[in-house]
Amino acid sequence: MVAAPWIILFAPALACAAIVLFARNSKPLSATLAIGGLAVSFSFAVYALLQSLHPLAETIESSVSWVNLPGLALEFGLLLDHPSILMSLVVTGVGLMIFIYSVGYMGEERGLPRYFAFLSLFAFSMLGIVLANNFVTLFIFWELVGASSYLLIGFWYERPKAADAGKKAFLVNRIADFGFLIGILMLWNLSGLEGQSRTLNFAELAERLQALVAHGTLSPQLLTAVGLLVFCGVLGKSAQFPLHVWLPDAMEGPTPVSALIHAATMVAAGVYLIARTFFLFWQTPEAMAWVAAIGGFTALFAASLALVEDDIKRVLAYSTLSQLGYMVMALGLGGYVAGIYHLTTHAFFKALLFLGAGSVIHALHTNNIWEMGGLLKKMPVTSITFLIATLALCGIFPLSGFWSKDEILAVAFFRNPLLWVVGTATAGLTAFYMGRVFCVAFLGSARAHSAGHAHESPPVMSVPLMLLTVPTMVAGFIGIPHYLHHGQEAGVHVPFNAIVAGISTLVAMAGLSLAYAVYGRGYQPGIQVQRVLALAAVPLSRKFWVDEVYGWINRNIQQRFADLLSLFERYIIIGLYVNGVAKITGFTGSVLRLAQTGKVQGYAATLLAGLSLLLYLSLR
Amino acid sequence: MTAPITLSHLLALSGLLFSIGLVGVMTRRNILLILLSLEILLSSANLAFVAFSRSLGDLSGQIMVFFVMVVAAAEVTVGLAIALLISRKAGNLNADELRNLKW
Repeated sequence: MVAAPWIILFAPALACAAIVLFARNSKPLSATLAIGGLAVSFSFAVYALLQSLHPLAETIESSVSWVNLPGLALEFGLLLDHPSILMSLVVTGVGLMIFIYSVGYMGEERGLPRYFAFLSLFAFSMLGIVLANNFVTLFIFWELVGASSYLLIGFWYERPKAADAGKKAFLVNRIADFGFLIGILMLWNLSGLEGQSRTLNFAELAERLQALVAHGTLSPQLLTAVGLLVFCGVLGKSAQFPLHVWLPDAMEGPTPVSALIHAATMVAAGVYLIARTFFLFWQTPEAMAWVAAIGGFTALFAASLALVEDDIKRVLAYSTLSQLGYMVMALGLGGYVAGIYHLTTHAFFKALLFLGAGSVIHALHTNNIWEMGGLLKKMPVTSITFLIATLALCGIFPLSGFWSKDEILAVAFFRNPLLWVVGTATAGLTAFYMGRVFCVAFLGSARAHSAGHAHESPPVMSVPLMLLTVPTMVAGFIGIPHYLHHGQEAGVHVPFNAIVAGISTLVAMAGLSLAYAVYGRGYQPGIQVQRVLALAAVPLSRKFWVDEVYGWINRNIQQRFADLLSLFERYIIIGLYVNGVAKITGFTGSVLRLAQTGKVQGYAATLLAGLSLLLYLSLR
Repeated sequence: MTAPITLSHLLALSGLLFSIGLVGVMTRRNILLILLSLEILLSSANLAFVAFSRSLGDLSGQIMVFFVMVVAAAEVTVGLAIALLISRKAGNLNADELRNLKW
């Protein structure tokens, strides 16, 4: 059915428009509209999935001509193939849970209709990225996602920290998108190298690039440059090092927003972009090597930062960074299926973790894990779902994270042993910091007054938690890799490897046990070890001074350069051009006005002189 | 027998009238006399029109004269009204003293 992608895409947009127009003052109506819009999208995504399971099913591609000029033909088109169906299911399914949860979490907020309007706008933009069939459409929604995430992070705009975090996220993404845009323009140029009309359609670009490489028309260096520029966009949206700084700060937004944007969807957009443009990366091994290296580094780097963080949401944010690094690394190593697989499972359990954290924050009104404790008995549903998600994130058999993480590690094991070691070490760190959070926040006894009086959240919040637990547990068994593998020739596929899986499970168990020993049982290492750890904690708690370095660059390089430009602006543009033209005009006027004497006969004499001159010139 | 009046005679008369009018406009100080000189200028132009019309046997020149006369009548009306107002306000009609409209 050709209409399916359009309905999936535009249902949330209509919901957003309806809220803005009709439900600005009604909380229940706005919530109904937002949830209803996304539910329509979700049901059509399910319908598309069922259709695509048919052995003779074809991918649906539908587009309208948008700009049609000689030499510039752009289309606005949607593509419904296996990866995009899977992603729209994740976005709408997880999104639906988060929307429902928001009714409980944000119910007291005065700006609830505004919140739901933004959420719907965000869902619309995200689905646009997922469904786009060409770079122009994708880029439009790419920027819309940036704008709507800015609105959502800064939802509590009266708090300076939230407003700043929104700005930071937007600006960092803009820097990245600049590179992405240049990459798109270069691809536009490359597509016409052999004389055809230029295009940015993914399928056509894939064919043309293959032909260009086969004919040797295209230098590998240029292709690598294009790949890295497109990867620039990924660095921003998926918050990979060195543009990771916005994601932890973005935790200032409401917790359901963190779950939606910073776990399941927006940050996944970068990874999805690599998968969508895999035809490009697959042709250029150098760019792939960079992608893999940056992914692996981010995975380890962010996991180490999570070790010392006390804010439960920030721990989850660093964990998200680290897992995104995993996915990017997998795609960089050629593990197309592994990367998207982990993206899918991660969306489930990370959204569950964020919503669980939100449930705790809602009950306790604090983000600090050292003010929680003993919640297992007070909030059983939250605690148990949180535990399941934690184990899934650590990669414990048979939860979904085990399968997808193992795919990535198996690809790494065969393609690049160094990155396999990095990935396995990250798995250990992941298990340790998640074990720490769970032991400190949920086990033991209450560490603060409010934690002693906590109550379970209302059903509107706990039911989505329970529903999300289902895919968290079973997503490893429903054949997602097989589904993704369909129709995808490029990429490396590695079968299940018991050794790799065994080692990573052992490492994860070790991390969890160590965390339990230290934070559950109060085990204290020797003085020597403690001294070393204290030294190591300094750079970690300062986040390796990345923010400080950026601040220094801003103040001392960017600001100086801006001062220089401001001098140029003040003295050359304003002083010379703008005011200069005004001065010349004024001076000329002050001379010419002397001719205006006020004597009528003087003017008549001038007229006569002019007329005589004209007559003389014409009769000469 | 007197010589016939040719085009050249008429044009010479027209030129003479034009010069008289022009000198009047340029040298007179009294606004009324300036207006009068303007009328002489217009009449000289009219004379030239009629002369050409007769010599070429084309009536359009005479039609033009009617237009000029109508416009001249209107112009004189307005000009005299202005002159009247100026004389009431300033007490005289000296063009050299009316120099308010300058920089």
